[in-house]
Amino acid sequence: MTYDPAPLWLSLKLATVTTIMLVLVGIPLAYVLAFSRGRAKPFWEALVSMPLVLPPTVLGFYILLLLSPKYAFGAFLERVLDTRVVFSFPGLVIGSVIFSLPFMVNPVKAGFQNFPHALIEAAYTLGKSRRQTLVSVIIPNTKASLLTGIVMSFAHTMGEFGVVLMIGGGIPHQTRVASIAIYNEVEAMNYSAANFYSVILVVFSLAALVLFHVLYRRHGEVV
Amino acid sequence: MRIFLKKTLMAPEGPFDLNIDVEVGDGECVSLFGRSGCGKTSILRMIAGLQAPQEGLVKVDGEVWFDSSAGIDLPPQKRAAGFVFQEYSLFPNMTVEENLKFALRRGEEAARVQEYLGLVGLKGLERRYPSKLSGGQKQRVALARALLRHPKVLLLDEPLSALDVQTRWRLQDEVLRLYEKTGITMILVSHDPFEVMKLSGRVFMLEAGRIVKSGGPQDVFCGSEWEVFFHSVKNGPRAVRGF
Repeated sequence: MTYDPAPLWLSLKLATVTTIMLVLVGIPLAYVLAFSRGRAKPFWEALVSMPLVLPPTVLGFYILLLLSPKYAFGAFLERVLDTRVVFSFPGLVIGSVIFSLPFMVNPVKAGFQNFPHALIEAAYTLGKSRRQTLVSVIIPNTKASLLTGIVMSFAHTMGEFGVVLMIGGGIPHQTRVASIAIYNEVEAMNYSAANFYSVILVVFSLAALVLFHVLYRRHGEVV
Repeated sequence: MRIFLKKTLMAPEGPFDLNIDVEVGDGECVSLFGRSGCGKTSILRMIAGLQAPQEGLVKVDGEVWFDSSAGIDLPPQKRAAGFVFQEYSLFPNMTVEENLKFALRRGEEAARVQEYLGLVGLKGLERRYPSKLSGGQKQRVALARALLRHPKVLLLDEPLSALDVQTRWRLQDEVLRLYEKTGITMILVSHDPFEVMKLSGRVFMLEAGRIVKSGGPQDVFCGSEWEVFFHSVKNGPRAVRGF
């Protein structure tokens, strides 16, 4: 019996794109949160961590409204990206980035906060800007926390269900990722297909986590 | 250079006011001497721009780095100060050579790195990471790195206190040699009276944020509790009883 591998590829693609986006967005955000002393800091920290405590359906619902072309932001995004955002792959990416944000930002922020401040000051006294210090000194010496962020965001996106269902709608070959495919197959009493997707997800997740622990052991002792 | 600084600092015993106003000549090596927590390190940090005083003026070589009355406060990146930290502060992800290269300005010749490696006697260790260096070697790298930045003043924050006595003595000679060779203005923070005697021409003795005594090392330590100490080292403990 053959099964459609498309949902698995889609999950993989979504997790990869989301993780890349999260590296680009998460590192600057983690940096600002780690070193800012502003009064509003606890508020921003709480906002980043909201996806950890909110039901994915709540988050999915509001992101759906936010991205809807009926409202200003969604309409603006559609104009800029020149494509429908809800019930499409770009919509899934936006939702996943928001949903997995704490999995990237929190470990990276902790890594930055624990980084010896004297080394940052040493870079400043050598004439290096904040950006140069972040790129050449802080990031290379906090690889372990960055790795944690990358693996956790990737794994979390692979296993995402509620948010992608709300925003994507589970359209085959477009937004039906592996977790939704499993749900659909179980609903259709098609247990062998559900098992096919599930086994692959289990093996893949386990392999990713083993790889993470191997790399962590290698890079975790840098600082 | 003129250093006038005022700031309320916190110590375990409670807050105290740091208030100093000193002139340091070009090419002079002065020491800030005193017990820990008397504000020595804070002074260096304020000169380097790592900490801001509440009120003050820092003027080096005609250039104003800080002036509270004019609202000037240059960031550390814009102050030509070389800072040598007590704990070396070498970047663990970079080799010795890369640590030094990091101090170069954009477009500056990499040959200077080799020159400074030679100056502090570290040729052959270029490819080593800081974790594979001894404490003395680490501090040599830190010294070379601070000097590579063309500083107008070299700030040394208890640079040798983490080293064993013999390495410390060797490094003191090294610092003295570098000082004589480069003719740079140096401000040394130390709580080791021997180090102060050996390296500096003038001493500011600090107590709770204020200079209580200043002058040549001999004059400053003379008549203080330290004289007893020196006397005992020179003549043995028996001499102290009759002191």
